[in-house]
Order: sequence, then C-alpha cells, then structure tokens
Amino acid sequence: MDFLNGIVALANFVLIPAIAYGSQLALGALGVTLIYGILRFSNFAHGDTMAVGTMVAVLTTWGLQGMGVSLGPLPTALLAIPVGILGATALVLLTDKYVYKFYRAQKAKPVILVIVSMGVMFIYNGLTRIIIGPDDYRFADGERFVISARTFRDMTGLEEGLALRTTQVITVITAIAVVAALFWFLNKTRTGKSMRAFSDNEDLALLSGINPERVVLVTWLIVASLATVAGVLYGLDKSFKAFTYFQLLLPIFAAAIVGGLGNPLGAIAGGFVIAFSEVGITYAWKKVLGYSLPASLEPEGLVQILSTEYKFAVSFVILVIVLLFRPTGLFRGKSL
Amino acid sequence: MRTVLLFAAVACLILGTGFLQSWNSALLILNMGLISAVMALGVNLQWGLAGLFNVGVMGFVALGGLAVVLVSMPPVGAAWQAGGGGIILGLVLGAATIVAAVLVWSRTSGKLRGWGTATVLLVGMVIYRMVLDPSVEAVEAVDPALAGYLGGLGLPVLLAWPVGGLLAAGAAYVIGKTALGLRSDYLAIATLGIAEIIIAILKNEDWLARGVKNVIGLPRPVPYEVDLQNDPAFVERAAGFGMDATTASTVYVKLEYGFLFAIVLVILLVLAQLALNSPWGRMMRAIRDNETAARAMGKDVTARHLQVFILGSAICGIAGAMMTTLDGQLTPGSYQPLRYTFLIWVMVIVGGSGNNLGAVLGGFLIWFLWVQVEPIGHLLMSLITAGMADGTWLKSHLLDSVQHMRLLTMGLILLLVLRLNPRGLLPER
Repeated sequence: MDFLNGIVALANFVLIPAIAYGSQLALGALGVTLIYGILRFSNFAHGDTMAVGTMVAVLTTWGLQGMGVSLGPLPTALLAIPVGILGATALVLLTDKYVYKFYRAQKAKPVILVIVSMGVMFIYNGLTRIIIGPDDYRFADGERFVISARTFRDMTGLEEGLALRTTQVITVITAIAVVAALFWFLNKTRTGKSMRAFSDNEDLALLSGINPERVVLVTWLIVASLATVAGVLYGLDKSFKAFTYFQLLLPIFAAAIVGGLGNPLGAIAGGFVIAFSEVGITYAWKKVLGYSLPASLEPEGLVQILSTEYKFAVSFVILVIVLLFRPTGLFRGKSL
Repeated sequence: MRTVLLFAAVACLILGTGFLQSWNSALLILNMGLISAVMALGVNLQWGLAGLFNVGVMGFVALGGLAVVLVSMPPVGAAWQAGGGGIILGLVLGAATIVAAVLVWSRTSGKLRGWGTATVLLVGMVIYRMVLDPSVEAVEAVDPALAGYLGGLGLPVLLAWPVGGLLAAGAAYVIGKTALGLRSDYLAIATLGIAEIIIAILKNEDWLARGVKNVIGLPRPVPYEVDLQNDPAFVERAAGFGMDATTASTVYVKLEYGFLFAIVLVILLVLAQLALNSPWGRMMRAIRDNETAARAMGKDVTARHLQVFILGSAICGIAGAMMTTLDGQLTPGSYQPLRYTFLIWVMVIVGGSGNNLGAVLGGFLIWFLWVQVEPIGHLLMSLITAGMADGTWLKSHLLDSVQHMRLLTMGLILLLVLRLNPRGLLPER
C-alpha cells in the first residue's frame, strides 16, 4: 500500500505537473527552433510573442464571458485561441515586413538580428503592458478538475490524493494534436518540404525554385500559432503576467538548445528534459521517499535539492552542461 | 568636432534641466549618467571591440552592488558566532566538491568516469547541505528585523568598487569559459541566464545580503546632508552663494559624488582609449572583423575573447558598486533586465559601438531620455485624453499606461538607430 501511495504522490506532484509544463515548453521551443532553422537567428522576442498572442486570447475570453458564451466544463479560452493566433500572426508579419526583412535583404550577421529581436522584444513587452497592464490575470473558467484529490481518495481508498486539473489534460491533448499536425505538415506537404529544404541548404533551395519569402511567411504563421497556443496553455495552467512570459525565454531557449537548435524533435525532447529536471529538483521528496523507504531510513528534512525560487537555475545548469559536453544538443541540431 | 558638439548638446540638456526643473534633479541625472557611461564603456569593450554579445549586464551590476555590502557594512558579531564558521566551511566544501568532480572527470575514463563523477557530486552535495543549512538557519535567526545576515568587513566603502569589479570578473570567467568558443547566440543565452540566477541568489540568500529585506544605510564616501546643515561654516558659505542650507547641502553632496564618479570614468576612459589604439586593440578588432583570418594568423581567438569579456564585465561590476554606493542601499528586487541590461545596450548602440567616447555620450544621452520620457509621455497622454470625459475607463487606463511607454520608446529608439544609423552618433574611426 505504501508503495502505491508513493507512486500516487509522485504522479501528483512531479509527473503530471512536469508533463503539462513540458508540453508548454516544447511548444515554445518548437517556435524558437523553427525561427532558428529558417531565419537563422535566436529570436529573443519569442517569449513576448507568446505574451501578445495570449493577451489577445485573454481579452477575447473576457469578451466571450461577458456575452455569456461558455464551453461548459471546458475553459472558454479555447474558443479564443484562433483570435489570439490571428493577433499574433498580424503582429509578427508586420514586424517581419518593417523590421526583419531589411536585414534579411542585407544578409546581416545573425548577431545583428539577435539585437534587432531584442528591440522587438521591448516593443512587444511595452505593447502588452500598455494594452492589458502588468499585473497577474486569471482567465481560466469551466470545470477545475477532471479528478480532484478527494474524489480520487474516495475512489481508491488510498491515503494520497491524485488531482488531475482540466487545464493539464487540455494542455497535453492540445500539444499532441499541434505537434502531430506540425510534423505532418513538415514531412508530407509541399510547403513543409520546401521549408525543410530551405533550412538544410538555402542556396540549393533557391536554385530549385523555392520562393524564400513564401517560406518565411509560412514560418512566421506557424511560429505565431505555436507561440499563442503555448502561451494560452501556460496561462490557463498558471496565470497570465507579462513579466513571467519574458522569463519563460530562458527555459524555452534551454529546451531548444538541449534538444539541438533547429531540430523540431529535439525541441520537444528538450522541453520535457527541462520540465522534468525543474520540477524534480525543486520538489521536496520527503513524502515520496517516506513511502518507498523502510521507516528506519525515512529522511528527516524535506529532501528538496533546490528551493523553487531557483527553478531558472535548473534550466541554466542543464544548458551549461549541454554546452560543455555536447554543444550541438542531444539530437544534433542545425537542420530542420 | 562632431564629438565636441554632441557632448556640448548633452551638457546643454542637463544644464537645461537644472535651469528649468531643479539643480538637484540635474545633478541626479548627471551622477547616474556618469555611472551609465561607465557601464556603457564596459559593454562597448565587449561588443564594440570584440563583437561579444553580453545580455547579462544586470547580473554583473548586481554583483558590484553585493560587493558594497560585503566590504563596507560592519560585521554582525552575533551572526558570525551563530553560524559564520559553518557557512564558510559549507561553501569551502561545496567548492571542494566541484573541484573533486572535475578531477575525477579528467583523471578517469570509461564507465568509472560518469558514475564516479556523479557519486562525488551527490555525496558532496549532501555533505554541503548538511553543513550549510543549519548555519544558514542560525544566522538568519539572529535579529531578523535588523540583521539576520553576516554583515560585511567594515572596510571603507570606496574599496568596494574594485572588489565589485573582481566579483564580476570571477563570474565572467565562469561564463566565458563555458560559452565562448561556441556560437555567438550561446553566449547571449548563457549571460541572460546567469544574470537571472545572480538576482535569484541575491533575493533568496538572506544570510548573504538580507535578500528582499534589503540592506539599507550603507556607509557613504561623502558627508551626510544633516551634518553639513549643522556645520556653521558650511551654512555660512552656502549663504554666501545665496542658497539656503538644505538645498546647498544636497547639491554639495551630489557634486562630491559626481566628482568621485567622474574620476573613475576618466581613468577608465583613458585606459579604454589606450587599449583601443594599442596593438592589443588592433588585434581585437581584427578578430572581430574576421575570426578565421585572425585564427590563421595564429591568434588564440577564444582566449582573447575570454580576456575582453572578463575586462568588460569587471567594468560593469565597478559601475554597479558605484551605483549602490550612490543609492546607499542594496535592493535586489529593483534589478530588472530592461533597466540594467537592455538600456545599457541602447546606450552603446545609439552612442556608436566601437567608439569609447560614443559609448560615454550614449550613456549620458539615453539616461537623460530615460528620466525625461516619463514626464513627456505623461504630457502627451494628458493631451490625447484631454477631450475625454473624466473618470472614463479608457482615460484612466491610458494615463496608467504611461509608465510602460519607456519600454516602447526604448525599443523604438533601438530599432530606428539600428536601421537608419547603425554606426551610431559617433561612428568608429
């Protein structure tokens, strides 16, 4: 019985949150990695692109809630995602037209584009704060739990409860659907194949008649959609705050680099590596160890390796380890 | 000529503030402008001279601030008795663990290598936490409302400035060692990360510098206003200038700070100029412009990059120590990447990357704008909303959003300069 309790506690506090968080990071890292593969620079504005898309979705959600529209047990925000995607797409396409295109035509060095994306990040961040404000906003509604801790305890008779939040289930399902669609697009459609060709070898792709502007356009479309979906899922799971989305940049980049920049499969793996390490290292293991070890070995302290304030340090340390031992990432990045 | 004119223009802006608003705010802008100019010099050394992209300026600045606390605050005796030795021992053990792990990694091979290193790290971590945690608790329990930390060394505060540089240099060495020699984007991400972590440490390690409880009342290198006001000789002299004692004392203190900062800035500027024009500076620029060619000429690119990265970060650390001295307090909660990293970047790029005088000019100019954009934005918003009825939702929302105008303005300035005048106001020669 103790063993089962231990497993349930582990699932409740580590596995489920880490899977949900990992899916959100993976979607974010996919966006970063796509930009890197096609446009060949690290997009520092990605976190704030997520914030802008999410902001539009949040505002739409509030509007829908005001009109009395609801999805029943599901959060209304799901209906608002397409609007958020439209908003984010419009913004990134405008940015590309008026900012990035100039440097692309000049064949500027990647580091210049990184600085430019930093300026774009400022502007997006300012926009978000001016339009919606800098505070914490909650916009999740509908049924909070699929299984609440109490129901689970009543059902199984175990001491430990297992809470499964609606947002966590939605996150995982949406992430799987989006990733499947993305891979189908990249591998099976003509446009997707041209994107991969462009990423592999730009000159060869141009010679074989691929229109670079079209590839770039489609990339931005996909990136804006991924960013919005990732942002809305993260916001549903936790809450929406402009500064948090800026801070997400670090774990997202860590995920993309750990997996190998430019490699979509790596981005997903990286997202989960980062999420599991972050949750695992900042979780107090006392409870789980208490169930799984004999009473004489039961730990006295919390057995928490790092306090939760240092969760960014975890992604950073993993990043450093990967840079030291395998700079190309786990999946040999650099091509799509 | 252009240099002189532009510097004169910035001087006019600051003097204008003095005449139109008050001399106190003008001097405040001047002092922070001097500090910003030092930071910009550091970043310019890295970016302008070597093409290194450091997005962690905030972290190095914060380390400088930490140095002020560690050097100048009086030690808290009770806290040292409670757990000072334990903390020192714990930190030494932690460092020893890392050294041991590195040794195991480099001396062994095969299966032993991975498992051995992991075991050393794990055992070391456990011992480290067992020694450190109780001492930390003991220290933090000592008079938490006023102390709850180890305090500093009680040395003169000016000593903290070079120490701040040393701390920043140490952090830069660790980062540079891992991320330099790889793609340029990796350094950016690594520095972004280390800055966030340094701030997290400052916020959470209460035994070190009281965390978010802030250390206030840091010793000052200049006299206190109150003492000046009680000094009859000073009051008399102030009266001679036709000023009342209160204003005169605040202005005098700020002038003295400005004098100290100016000395530092001039020294660093002269050194930077000498470095720029020396064979070393030419080599750095050669590496920046064509790494492959420089490597072919037998230059050790990674080592040179590490060198200049450490130097630039040290300068940022010195500036951070100066800033904390000026503030008289260390408030880890107030460090934000926008203000301490990206603003400095805007200064360097607007001023002219690769030109030391340009960086200094950018430091003054952008700091002036940073301070003045808010009142201007407020004025603008008041004009826009003038036609709206009072108390409407939109009006108050727009007025509230003025404080976020800075982000937008800074981003816009950065993009416009990069697009229209990428070489900056004072281009590299």
